[in-house]
Formats: sequence, C-alpha cells, structure tokens
Amino acid sequence: MKYTGRVWKFGDHIDTDVIIPARHLTTSDPKELGSHCMEDADPDFVKKVHKGDIIVAGRNFGSGSSREHAPIAIKAAGISCVIAENFARIFYRNAFNMGLPIFESPEAAQTIKTGDVVVVNAETGLIEDRTLKKKFQAEPIPPFMQELIDDGGLVAHINKKAQGPEPKVQGQKSKR
Amino acid sequence: MSQTITEKILAAHAGVKTVHPGQLIEARVDLALANDITAPIAMEVFYKASGKKVFDPKKVVLVPDHFVPNKDIAAAEQCRKMRLFAREQKLTHFFELGEMGVEHALLPEKGLVLPGDLVIGADSHTCTYGALGAFATGVGSTDLGAAMVTGQTWLKVPETIKLVYRGRPRPWVSGKDLILYTIGDLGVDGARYQAMEFSGPALAGLSMADRFTMANMAIEAGAKNGIFEPDDSTMAYVRERSKKKGKILHSDPDAQYRETRYYDLSSIEPQVAFPHLPENTRPISKVGKVPIDQAVIGSCTNGRLEDLRIAARVLKGHQVAKGVRLIIIPATPWIYQQAMSEGLLDIFLKAGGVISPPTCGPCLGGFMGILAQGERAISTTNRNFVGRMGHPGSEVYLASPAITAASAVLGSIGPVEALPRLKKVRSL
Repeated sequence: MKYTGRVWKFGDHIDTDVIIPARHLTTSDPKELGSHCMEDADPDFVKKVHKGDIIVAGRNFGSGSSREHAPIAIKAAGISCVIAENFARIFYRNAFNMGLPIFESPEAAQTIKTGDVVVVNAETGLIEDRTLKKKFQAEPIPPFMQELIDDGGLVAHINKKAQGPEPKVQGQKSKR
Repeated sequence: MSQTITEKILAAHAGVKTVHPGQLIEARVDLALANDITAPIAMEVFYKASGKKVFDPKKVVLVPDHFVPNKDIAAAEQCRKMRLFAREQKLTHFFELGEMGVEHALLPEKGLVLPGDLVIGADSHTCTYGALGAFATGVGSTDLGAAMVTGQTWLKVPETIKLVYRGRPRPWVSGKDLILYTIGDLGVDGARYQAMEFSGPALAGLSMADRFTMANMAIEAGAKNGIFEPDDSTMAYVRERSKKKGKILHSDPDAQYRETRYYDLSSIEPQVAFPHLPENTRPISKVGKVPIDQAVIGSCTNGRLEDLRIAARVLKGHQVAKGVRLIIIPATPWIYQQAMSEGLLDIFLKAGGVISPPTCGPCLGGFMGILAQGERAISTTNRNFVGRMGHPGSEVYLASPAITAASAVLGSIGPVEALPRLKKVRSL
C-alpha cells in the first residue's frame, strides 16, 4: 500500500489532548471526533486537510491519554498516515488497532515540511518527499499488519477472518 | 535467571518461569478496567468480537467517573450504556453514583488490586496500582474489549529503569514533588516503553498515598508501568481492605536494569511543573511571580485523604485570596466522609473553597472548573498539556496539595512558608 498526500507538520510531544480534546469525548462517533481533530494546535486544521494528507511530527507523538478517540479522530479527519520521530507507547498500539498506519523515522520527521508532497510505501518503509526530492527509510509494515490496517482495524480484521473468505461463484458477484 | 519485579509478575501471568525485555507474551489479567469515556468503545468491541459473556464478571470493573455526575445528555447516554452492560453481564464491580469515586483511588481503596496482580485499564493512569506491587498499565478500548472476552492480553516485556531515592525529605516535600522532580530529570519520554521501578531506603518513609501519586505519574515520563516493591506499609494497606494478601514479589539483587538513577531527597525542594509539559519542573524557590485564577486539589493523583489533610493543615485559619477560585475534590465517597468527620471540609469551606463530589471533571477539562482564555490554574492533577483544563489559551501548573493550597491563599504560586503566621494555630 502507498500513501500519497500533502504534509501537515507538527512539533514534539503532540499529546492526545491536542489530537482530540477531552471536551469532545462524550461521543465515540468518528465523524464528530474527526471534526475536532488537532483543533487546539490549529483551529482550522480540519478545514484545510484534504483526504489522504499526511501528518508529520517530532518526538513522542500521541503521548498522554489511552483514549482510542485520538487515532479515530485522525483517520476520520482524512489523514492517511502519520510519520513521527517516535510514538508514545499506548498510542502506538491503539493506532494499529484502529487501522491508522504510522511510521517512525527521525530523519524524515526532521526534514519534511508542511506542504511537501510525500509518498509512503508501507511495504518497503520508503518515505519519499517529492517536493524536496529526498528519501528516508522507515520500518516497513509487515503484510499481516497491513491487512489489519486495510480491513479498518483489529476488530474488523478479526471479524473478516472469522467469516472466512468471500464465496466465489463463477460469473456471479457475491451478494454479501 | 535474575529478574525484576515487573518481569516476575509478567512471567507468572504468562505461565512461564522467566521473561526477558523485548519478549512478546500473552498474559492472564486479574482485572480489566474502563471508565465512561473508554467503556462504550470497549463494549462495542466486545460485541463485535462475538463476546457474549465477559470472561469473569468479578474481574471486569466499570467506573463512570470522568463526566459524572452526568454533565450533559451525551455523558448521561454513555453512562447508561455502561449501566446496561453491567446489568446484562452481572458485573460485581460497577460503581453507581454514590459509591463511585475517581477510579484509581477507588480500586485500591476497595481492595480490588493486590500485590503481584496484573491489571489493564482503558485509562492511561492505570499505572497507579504499581504502588501496591502490581503490574498495571493503560491500554486502549480495543485491547480492553478483547480482554473482556478472553481474560488475556498481549504485552511486550519492558526494560526497567531503577530509580533510587535516598536521604531525608525537606519540609512539605511529598510524593508529588519526588515524581515531578523525577519527570523533570527523565523528560516526558525518558521512560517511553519502559518500566519505572521506584526503589531505595527513603521509600519506606513514604505513605501509600505518596506512592500512589508517584506510580500514577509514571505515564507522564512515557512509562508502561511504575512499580514499588511491597513492604510493611503495603501489606498493612492491603490487610485493611482485602481478605486476600496477593503475591509479594521483589526484584532479585542482580536483576538487569536499563539504567539506575539516584535521587537525594535532602536536595529536593517542593516542585512546580510549568505549562505545557509535566517535565517543565522548577523548585518552588525559582518559580517567581505567577498569579493564579484557580486552584484545584483532587484527581487520581492527589485526591486522597492524606492529600486533603495536608491541604487543610495549610488552609486552616486562612482565606483564599480574592479573585482565586479553590476547588477541592475528595476522590471517593469514603474520603469525602472521612474528610467531613475529621473537620477538613469545614476548614475548606471557611477558607472560601468549594467542595465537589468525586469526579475527574476538571483534571481533563471535562466540566466543574473549566478555565477561560488566558486563565491560569495551579492543580494537583497530573497533566498540564495545552487546553487540558479548558481553553487552549489557558495554563495549568502542577504541584503538591501543600503548594496548591498555599498558592490559593497567596493568590500566586508560592511556598507554605510564605503564608502569614496565624496568631492562634490549633492542631487539627
């Protein structure tokens, strides 16, 4: 899977309160959460983001609360993936469980700027800044994790597995 | 093989003799906890994962404490979902208003966590229970929902940082000051993905309340868990609250640590964390003039009876400065009652403070003490991130109950010693 998008750059220690402030946590509706994503760092963020855009940040992205609403909000705002120097522990786990691809690369995080067009190849871990014409290497996402992300997160992934493969009938589309 | 207390607990719950840092294990959980923010998603996960019955209705604990007493209709709906789930699943430990308290003060108080236990909670401050010699860590709702089905979770064994505390504490220095100092030293990601083991001769003199405060804030250094080895104080605390004793484990003398850091208490002043990170700590003597609009004493960090006693000692006979709002939140109904019978609430009211029912409200900017733009609060809570207590243009300073109470009287952040001497000071 390749993720291509314009970059929105943030600094170190972007915490879960900034990603989605607690005042909005009386709901778990992705649309509602997405509409407030990053609003305490940039009130207009959601208005400016295009589907597929990429967040690039510094150290310790996602620190603070265990709220899964954070990766949900990022995804629902239209962000395709997050690149950071590194991620806080609980967020790291939550991001994959929610199907939000994340990549660690200190070099990429330090070099890439807001507005750059970046392509991330999840399979190889290659991050390419097309604006700066620079390449960076992150840890690739192994196929089983990519499948989990493509399914939309851990629960959807497990359910799909539990249901087994789509029935294939020749010349006829599956009705499911 | 020599092991740390964290490794021993993880090994015991994975059903193996030893584990090593970096190893992935599947571990049995003794308790799975969620609150009114995280439980609704965990319950969805539970049902989607074809869960019909929780693995053990005695081991799934639900505490609606964040937006409770319900702040609005949406909050009420979240709690209703939890209530229905608790009834359907016949959960032993669902805490309705009246018995509900701030979760991380409530569970130890009810004797639900024992030394040697493995606890996961869909709340980052679940690490608090490390004070009892348990392995406790925060997870997301999905992991919690899965654990509600299976009674298990997967974990990566963390490396451990050993923190050794020695020497005698200065006046008014509490567990909060020690942990703020430690986070100032380590940085907010200094213990990322690791265990923090609190150790050293000075800890024997610390109350359980102080230890809960320190373990509580391990996550503020990025740690997976913070842990104390059980001692006589731990056992006395547990004996009063549970018939069971738990499993008393200690780190082996030659256990492997990622690093060891030493702290001399005689050189640590009361600490204040400046906005907007818990690592921005300064000793009280270097704070300068910082006027405040609000002071908050409460939360899973410092809403215990011992904290309220300290606050009352400082506030007795004094008045909150004009223009300052003081909010005091006993963390559980039991603490509330004790504080009342000891006369602490009387002192707070006479000083001009307001007393809130148990809730996490103000700590996370939920309700009951939201800051307006440009306002500044000193608080005994655990986070001072941008917008944490309200408007993104407001500021939160973190400190101990003593410093917070003194600051409420002074009108700006300052030490207890700066308070005017009272003519008649009767002991509490």
